[in-house]
Amino acid sequence: MKKVIVGMGTCGLSAGAQSTYDRLSELLSENAGSFELSGTGCIGMCYREPLVEIREGDERTIYGGVTPELVEEIFEKDVRGGKRLDEHIVYSLDGKGEPSGSEAEFLNSQTRIVLRNCGTIDPESIDEYEAAGGYRSVRKALLEMTPEGIVEEVKESGLRGRGGAGFPTGLKWSFAASYDSDTKYVVCNADEGDPGAFMDRSVLEGDPHSVLEGMIICGRAIGASFGYIYCRAEYPMAIHRLDLAIIAAREKGYLGKDILGSGFDFDLKIKQGAGAFVCGEETALFASIEGQRGMPRIRPPFPAEKGLWQKPTNNNNVETFANIPWIIDQGASAYAAYGTEKSRGTKVFALAGKVVHGGLAEVPMGTSIHDLVFKIGGGIKKGRKFKAVQMGGPSGGCIPDSLSDTPVDFESIPATGAIMGSGGMVVLDDTTCMVEMARFFLEFTQNESCGKCTFCRIGTLRMLEILTRITKGEGREGDIEKLTELGERIKEASLCGLGQTAPNPALSTIRFYRDEYEAHINSQKCPAGACDALVDFHIDAEKCTGCTLCAKNCPVDAISGEVKKLHVIDNSICVRCAKCVSSCNFDAIYKS
Amino acid sequence: MPVKGGITTSGREETFSYRLWRYDGAPGELIPLLQSAQNHFGYVPRKAINYIAGVTGIPESEVYGVITFYSQFRLRPMGKHVIRACAGTACHVSGSKVIIETIEDELGIEVGGTTDDGLFTLNTVACIGCCSLAPVIMINDETHGNLTPASLRKLLRAFRRKAKLSVSKAAGRDAAAAG
Ligand SMILES: Cc1cc2nc3c(=O)[nH]c(=O)nc-3n(C[C@H](O)[C@H](O)[C@H](O)COP(=O)(O)O)c2cc1C
Ligand code: FES
Repeated sequence: MKKVIVGMGTCGLSAGAQSTYDRLSELLSENAGSFELSGTGCIGMCYREPLVEIREGDERTIYGGVTPELVEEIFEKDVRGGKRLDEHIVYSLDGKGEPSGSEAEFLNSQTRIVLRNCGTIDPESIDEYEAAGGYRSVRKALLEMTPEGIVEEVKESGLRGRGGAGFPTGLKWSFAASYDSDTKYVVCNADEGDPGAFMDRSVLEGDPHSVLEGMIICGRAIGASFGYIYCRAEYPMAIHRLDLAIIAAREKGYLGKDILGSGFDFDLKIKQGAGAFVCGEETALFASIEGQRGMPRIRPPFPAEKGLWQKPTNNNNVETFANIPWIIDQGASAYAAYGTEKSRGTKVFALAGKVVHGGLAEVPMGTSIHDLVFKIGGGIKKGRKFKAVQMGGPSGGCIPDSLSDTPVDFESIPATGAIMGSGGMVVLDDTTCMVEMARFFLEFTQNESCGKCTFCRIGTLRMLEILTRITKGEGREGDIEKLTELGERIKEASLCGLGQTAPNPALSTIRFYRDEYEAHINSQKCPAGACDALVDFHIDAEKCTGCTLCAKNCPVDAISGEVKKLHVIDNSICVRCAKCVSSCNFDAIYKS
Repeated sequence: MPVKGGITTSGREETFSYRLWRYDGAPGELIPLLQSAQNHFGYVPRKAINYIAGVTGIPESEVYGVITFYSQFRLRPMGKHVIRACAGTACHVSGSKVIIETIEDELGIEVGGTTDDGLFTLNTVACIGCCSLAPVIMINDETHGNLTPASLRKLLRAFRRKAKLSVSKAAGRDAAAAG
């Protein structure tokens, strides 16, 4: 029987997947037994959601942009009639595994290890996870391997932490394993704080069991029998699916006492974050689990010795854990075959911003930024000019188009002044102002600084003040030097990674786009035409209907025009409050 | 596979009072208790702070300190409908600033504020996770993407009409029931 599968990740749901699913289940109840209906997680093509897949044997056909109306057509023609609707197919695999479809390139250029099950299995069904080879690695690790053997295997795979810093995972596990203690903890960092990144969310929503499996194996390796998943509260769907996964894994005996008769006990609990970026930092995260204000602690002692509740603790990122089952199952050398010499395996990137194909992509380490943006990402929206990618969010920096040959790995990216970060890649075009970009991130970190270190608390505020001034055209000579000096001091004098990296967005844009800073400061110009205070506002003659609303909203009467006739803005009177832009019902006002 | 929600890993729905009752001195329960109070009341009222401090023995000042540290907790009630405008990176470069200004203007409130009729509260969040649809806002649990000031105003007006209608209907029902 044909299987109809709807993409039900947050991206799918926000594009309307729930009504698509509802229409399908109506059709199913009217035509009982005509097909099987289920849901799946994000396959990565967020830009074509809602996605619906028709699967029969090895044949797969994925339709994109499936509205409830299109559902009807797909049901009549494809499910019943066996005739495919070619114009709506984004990806298909024939019986021999030959791919085609408008978006085949997007998936074919990827290597999916972490995302192996995302978008193909029902994340709420442990049976489907097992059928895809799931929990085979727990069996192998618990029944055939020693804890030391597991650590060795992970070391050999070359896997490095995907939470940002890229610390070798096997080595980290060996530290936690080396301390004697009656209680140890495994912690999964699912706080995903970078605003503009959604890799971890998609893994948790699309394949929660892979994370549980990685944690169980880690528990065995380091001798811990309890784990916490610290998940941000903004991800209700991820928390819900994790909940279901834990219940199912307990029922099947993968969690609990004496797992698979190995004598090893392990269980898990979810802790919801409460909206504080700094809680992504591991020692702050422990404080938060303990119920306190999430403030980082001084290291040493390191978490491997004294972490959560002062017990030896191993903390890894979601994606790090999701790699583990694959490594145990396929072997360290199979994993190490991907990537570069020092950065093995694959990395998931969340492509967003001005890129055509916004979504998730997993590629071998060492793939160039250019390939990610153009081959997989499909280039820049509206055919505009590629300017830079922002990597690492508030802790990272911008990599300009002139360096787009840079391979993504833990050595090459930091050499540009950015960081790998967790995998958020925001693509910028020529309408993005780099000073304003730096101001945006400083505003974020300034807000999120926990207040413990003076340099981080006050220094970021001073940097923000200077950057704000510059974007308003009130920059002064010496501002760039002041920003640079402050930035270096904050990096030196902060306790945790938040402060140590907060100046990066400013420092990296000064490095590559100093001329933009100078244009703002010396000639009160924003080359990208983005900073409100430094541009002129105009009304698009094609769109303006002469409704007079903008003129009524203008606080300084800079807009004139008669009813039902084109209105005009007098830029010599205009105070650049941009009230007209938000008041227009026809999106007729533009900046230049 | 519709969203069911409300399940916990122990397999049962837990109310605030049940959670308080169940508290056994286990450490680390303060934040879950506060989250549960907020789920119940829509915010953390003074009396919930009293209860939690009383049951756990954690001083009220410390409870308050934890509340104000985390942006999730609110000390004032929220509107009936919560609008969360994304201010994440992808939304920012796609024009979230003017989107937020448009909401402020349309509803006559600022970020963090609630309309006088108690219908709407406006908050910002850092990334909803649908960056490919930027700029994005959420009204309650529904996400709306690819917004422009014009499409947003349409959306808000339609929503407001519906919300007002349901309030007046409910008021009518109450009046009828009372009469
Ligand atoms: C301010 C700050 C925020 C962080 N946020 C996250 C996060 O959201 N997710 C994450 O996995 N790691 C985050 N980290 C990194 C963690 O401290 C830690 O290094 C990581 O979880 C270790 O996991 P890994 O070895 O698997 O990479 C953050 C660090 C800092 C300093
Ligand atoms: S930045 Fe707005 S949804 Fe991610």
